Amino acid sequence: MASLVFSSTSASPVALRGRPKLAIGVAQPQSGAGHVSVRGKDRKARPFITRAVAVGKKVSRFDDVAMAPPDPILGVSEAFRACTNELKLNLGVGAYRTEDLQPYVLNVVKKAEKLMLEKGDNKEYLPIEGLAAFNKATAELLLGADNRAIQSQRVATVQGLSGTGSLRLAAAFINRYCPNSKVLISSPTWGNHKNIFNDAGVPWSEYGYYDPKTVGLDFEGMIADIKAAPSGSFILLHGCAHNPTGIDPTPEQWTKIADVLEEKGHTPFFDVAYQGFASGSLDEDAHAVRLFVERGFEVFVAQSYSKNLGLYSERIGAINVVCSSSDVANRVKSQLKRLARPMYSNPPVHGARIVANVVGDPNLFSEWKAEMEEMAGRIKSVRKRLYDNLSQKDKSGKDWSFILKQIGMFSFTGLNTSQSGNMTNKWHVYMTKDGRISLAGLSLAKCEYLADAIIDSYHNVN
Amino acid sequence: MDEAIMSVDRTTSERRLSTLVRHLGGVSCSSCSPTHSSSSENARISRAPMAAFGSVFASVVQAPEDPILGVTVAYNKDPSPAKVNLGVGAYRTEEGKPLVLNVVRKAEQSLINDPSRFKEYLPITGLGEFNKLSAKLIFGADSLAIQENRVATVQCLSGTGSLRVGGEFLAKHYHERSIYIPVPTWGNHPKVFMMAGLKPMTYRYYNPSTRGLDVQGLVEDLSAAPEGSIVLLHACAHNPTGCDPTPEQWEQIRQLIRSRSLLPFFDSAYQGFASGSLDKDAFAVRLFVADGGELLMAQSYAKNMGLYGERVGALSIVCKSADVAGKVESQLKLVIRPMYSNPPLHGASIVATILRSPELYHEWTVELKAMADRIITMRQGLFDALHARGTPGDWSHIIKQIGMFTFTGLNKEQVAFMTREYHIYMTSDGRISMAGLNKKNLPQLADAIHAAVTTM
Repeated sequence: MASLVFSSTSASPVALRGRPKLAIGVAQPQSGAGHVSVRGKDRKARPFITRAVAVGKKVSRFDDVAMAPPDPILGVSEAFRACTNELKLNLGVGAYRTEDLQPYVLNVVKKAEKLMLEKGDNKEYLPIEGLAAFNKATAELLLGADNRAIQSQRVATVQGLSGTGSLRLAAAFINRYCPNSKVLISSPTWGNHKNIFNDAGVPWSEYGYYDPKTVGLDFEGMIADIKAAPSGSFILLHGCAHNPTGIDPTPEQWTKIADVLEEKGHTPFFDVAYQGFASGSLDEDAHAVRLFVERGFEVFVAQSYSKNLGLYSERIGAINVVCSSSDVANRVKSQLKRLARPMYSNPPVHGARIVANVVGDPNLFSEWKAEMEEMAGRIKSVRKRLYDNLSQKDKSGKDWSFILKQIGMFSFTGLNTSQSGNMTNKWHVYMTKDGRISLAGLSLAKCEYLADAIIDSYHNVN
Repeated sequence: MDEAIMSVDRTTSERRLSTLVRHLGGVSCSSCSPTHSSSSENARISRAPMAAFGSVFASVVQAPEDPILGVTVAYNKDPSPAKVNLGVGAYRTEEGKPLVLNVVRKAEQSLINDPSRFKEYLPITGLGEFNKLSAKLIFGADSLAIQENRVATVQCLSGTGSLRVGGEFLAKHYHERSIYIPVPTWGNHPKVFMMAGLKPMTYRYYNPSTRGLDVQGLVEDLSAAPEGSIVLLHACAHNPTGCDPTPEQWEQIRQLIRSRSLLPFFDSAYQGFASGSLDKDAFAVRLFVADGGELLMAQSYAKNMGLYGERVGALSIVCKSADVAGKVESQLKLVIRPMYSNPPLHGASIVATILRSPELYHEWTVELKAMADRIITMRQGLFDALHARGTPGDWSHIIKQIGMFTFTGLNKEQVAFMTREYHIYMTSDGRISMAGLNKKNLPQLADAIHAAVTTM
């Protein structure tokens, strides 16, 4: 049965969708290589089908492919770059900026790279599971070097392509080994989470999280939804600095969340993209993950070094699976490898070596902690300034203190889609339309301007 | 004590009991006070009944080692000082050492010492300059397709990543799911395409009796493939056989493919490495592009720039029009974003640095030719060594085949014998990586082959 392709130069690709596909063509003369016969008058749609189909000049197999919309998060930066207004402010993607709104490469990273250059390491393939020194360092950083799960070799760690790649490996694993399970993601959550589970073929649903009335955590709703989920579901939890809201459960609330997961036999699945970046302390920010591990759960944890080590473009992270025994951990690791191999074979070495060098050297490690505290500190001071400006300038008496209570790189302003649109269209403030702003892209100097924009958008736009 | 509890598969009654005990009084294990907990946690320490509802890992079995990368794993385990690794296709010097090209070190030096460089996220499609230069490298700077903006190029994770992204794109947007791959092919190909959502089918390629191309089988199988099917083609230096079509055979294949509207998907992992000439090795690809038709192209810099572990490659889709190429590129982004968001910067920067500089580019071609030449020397050396030993059989395929690998024609048992008795590590399909050979270990390999052939 011939498969058929329809195209006409006069028809737009949109119009083509849904139409039956017909073959158009004339037998091409057996010309020498490089000679293309022009199809001229044959290009218009014809009602008959030819058997020998020569692909004519304008007939594409991809004519039905529609233009995809820009990514809702990464597309913001694209739009920002295209904007020519001098007041423009990029509060879209979560990439740290200095007070001068410049990108920042950590000093320890520069030092590590110079060390690596001097050492002159080769560029051989890493094993499928990645750089061993990195895997060891990353698990210890997450759980603590003296963690019993690590000591009894119950943690399967595989280097992944930053947070996204690590989540994708875990999702692929869930698809293959827990085909009847679904994942619960918070409402709202990072925009790419659902795409990852969709492409991995893992069904998902949402649990309540954000309460617009309090601009805080809808704890009751969260607990109720998690309880209502079928036993054995995976619950995607943000380790710290929830993205996009910046709202984290308290330690007491984390304990209660653990209780519910235990009761329902759910598996915690942590996304840890901001360890050290939220409070400034690596250990403090790992509290939630460590609690669940301590409680004896089987836990999935995706890690990223994009923000806390500023290694955005090097794509370095890991998927960790805490298992009930070292035997299980070995099996799980072997299957994660089996999923990585047909995706990219083995992960990139550069970022992994940087992390291993920084974490492995006591001096560099201390320096790193200091730089991380500085970055987290700058964000806290920006929060304070923004809050002060908003409180002073907004005469309505609205309580803006949620900005101080939220934590991490982002703030959920509470602005809706139209209001967020006004931020961009009128004030040239680029942000995602869910009302999220990246404080990492905000300077103290620009807080006043931003406050004006937020107040205007909140009160004057519906 | 806790480890023992946790590592044993618990029976249902055990689990129920422990749950009951926990709810009644809260068991506080003295030996398990966590190092990072607050006092409230200590009071509450209880073990979640591990897998009370069935472990998520109940059905997880130990996966076997990857057949290709697993060879290196086995090699590393072997304590014998005489061991030889002819498994994975990674170039080795005459001294048996991995090689980082001088030009790569230079490029890396300039990058790392440049204070104006940042580590911001690349666009989803990768480093723009790298993409343009990569397309030029494989399609030719004067390529009409490039000049007409009909090529959508996205940076991917080496060859594997490019194949996977291309495969997923086709599974989502192309009307045919079948992809015809040659027999034999790189072991990872079928898995990549299957995971991408395509249906791997096969076409005959290698003729074991001639140890050459099975043209008739190829033509028959591709003629029988449904119109519009996808066809995987190795651009040059076919892996694992080293058997490439001649220019005339390529033209024959092109006509067949175009006449049946088959969609070519090229895998180019050895451009410059096969013959020593970048342009010569791109002949087949350029032949197809020149006829104005569409194709996919997965490009890797792992071997020809020695950037294995940096994972640098590109997927190019040559389309009928610039408009289509624009839409295709936008959809490729939707495939990439949920996979890893955006590609790694380091390797692509090295490639761009080299390709954009006439001096560095020239240096690269010289180093590339040297690698290719050393392999050709090893081919001749092995052929001569077997001839000298009077090893039965026709071994001329060793010098006829092209690229990094030789398909020796040895079977699984012979291979196992060679590993056992001579510590030769290679894949069980009889493929050896010539790049792992040198004057020192070549005699050992010749001895091993001779013994395997005469004993078994």
